Amino acid sequence: MMKDVSVALPVRMWRVVTGYANPTRFLGLCDVLVPWCASLSALLIALGLYLTFFVAPADYQQGESVRIMYLHVPAAWLSLMIYAVMAVSALGTLVWRHPLADAAQKAAAPLGAAFTFVCLATGSLWGKPMWGTWWVWDARLTSVLVLFLLYLGLIAIWHTLEDQAQAAKAAGVMTLVGVINLPIIKFSVEWWNTLHQPASVFRMGGPTIYASMLWPLLIMAVGASFLFVTLHLMSIRNEILRRRVARMALMMAQG
Amino acid sequence: MMTEQLAALFLRDWRLAQRLGGGASLGVMFFLILVTMIPFAVGPDQLILARIGAAVLWIAALLAGLLGLDRLFQLDQDDGSLDLLRLCDLPLEIMILTKCAAHWCATGLPLVVSAPIFGLMLGLEPQQIFAVTLSLFVGTPALTALGAIGAAVTLGVRRGGLLMAVLILPFTIPILIFGVSTSTALADGMMAVHIPLTILCGLSLLSFVVAPFAAAAAVRHMGE
Repeated sequence: MMKDVSVALPVRMWRVVTGYANPTRFLGLCDVLVPWCASLSALLIALGLYLTFFVAPADYQQGESVRIMYLHVPAAWLSLMIYAVMAVSALGTLVWRHPLADAAQKAAAPLGAAFTFVCLATGSLWGKPMWGTWWVWDARLTSVLVLFLLYLGLIAIWHTLEDQAQAAKAAGVMTLVGVINLPIIKFSVEWWNTLHQPASVFRMGGPTIYASMLWPLLIMAVGASFLFVTLHLMSIRNEILRRRVARMALMMAQG
Repeated sequence: MMTEQLAALFLRDWRLAQRLGGGASLGVMFFLILVTMIPFAVGPDQLILARIGAAVLWIAALLAGLLGLDRLFQLDQDDGSLDLLRLCDLPLEIMILTKCAAHWCATGLPLVVSAPIFGLMLGLEPQQIFAVTLSLFVGTPALTALGAIGAAVTLGVRRGGLLMAVLILPFTIPILIFGVSTSTALADGMMAVHIPLTILCGLSLLSFVVAPFAAAAAVRHMGE
């Protein structure tokens, strides 16, 4: 069969995306991807933790407590990235009516809440020795707390609305409205010059963080991202199976 | 033509809000009760009350404003008139903005009007009372608009009022911040009051733009 090369790349990518609207095909993809992502994530996190505790230097000002950064910063990045994933899934639900977008949205919300919680908790533990307080009402901290509240609200939608198709639409609208918070979090350290330090990795003119600290951080971040991808795929798979079970139970009940 | 239809919708919603469930007076009563509770909680110290007065008025207005919001679409959904609005050839977005305006006139405006009296009870300075009232006048329409998103999203949900509060309150934080800082800026001196006030105006206008589209999308989808 001739391969159709005349079709533009976005269209071909789109066909791939719509192809996986078929749950069975998606489950097959999951079975291939999950073991790879899981082992990659385990490997990278193990390497990252080794570098964190045995190779990376202590900070000349912060001492050993700087090692919290290698957990705190990846969790913070992921808390934003997961929200972005959820926003794209919300578009998938509302605009393209992709059947798996609902499941992707639902699966991402608790994961996002968990990473945001890790970010807040590690930040609090880091704040105590550095700033002398567990919590301050600083712009960055407050906006991340709002992100956490948004995640909790979205989880509440999934728990409260019985009709899951309706819950997907409600959660989709709320998710898209909440996207406003992402730039606020990103730029909060620049707009309001309060206690939290400004960005030192993703900034104009390159990172200001030394390479011996940057590498473990990036490895941890990639490892944590693969952890999210693994958990997300597994959670979507569970959701698909849960729907099948529910449908079969319904069919059995109808006799 | 369009303005006539919208005026009819506005009057209908306004009359319904006036005549059903106690109307505006109930919201103001809730506002008064919240303000009355505060001195019992923090003690009747005039200095403390005057310092936190603006914040108290804002929080109370926020909660009182949330109170009737679940009725914004639910009653229309129950009696079927929301389906008629969906079928109407006017854009749903502008009809929702009209409904919000009617709802604000019926419930938000009485809060703004009664705020100076409650400000006196909390021992605020006259200029601060003026600032709080002004900031409530600018900010409460935005709260109604944001609340419309929550009301639309929780349409048809049993015990949707609590879910709506959980969903909407995080989004009202910026309005609360700049509403209260408008009032406190005036107390500290007239210098910088226009900065939080203009930001508050901007947030209000932004919510008038974003909220009707989000609420309309939710009303379309949730009714399917």
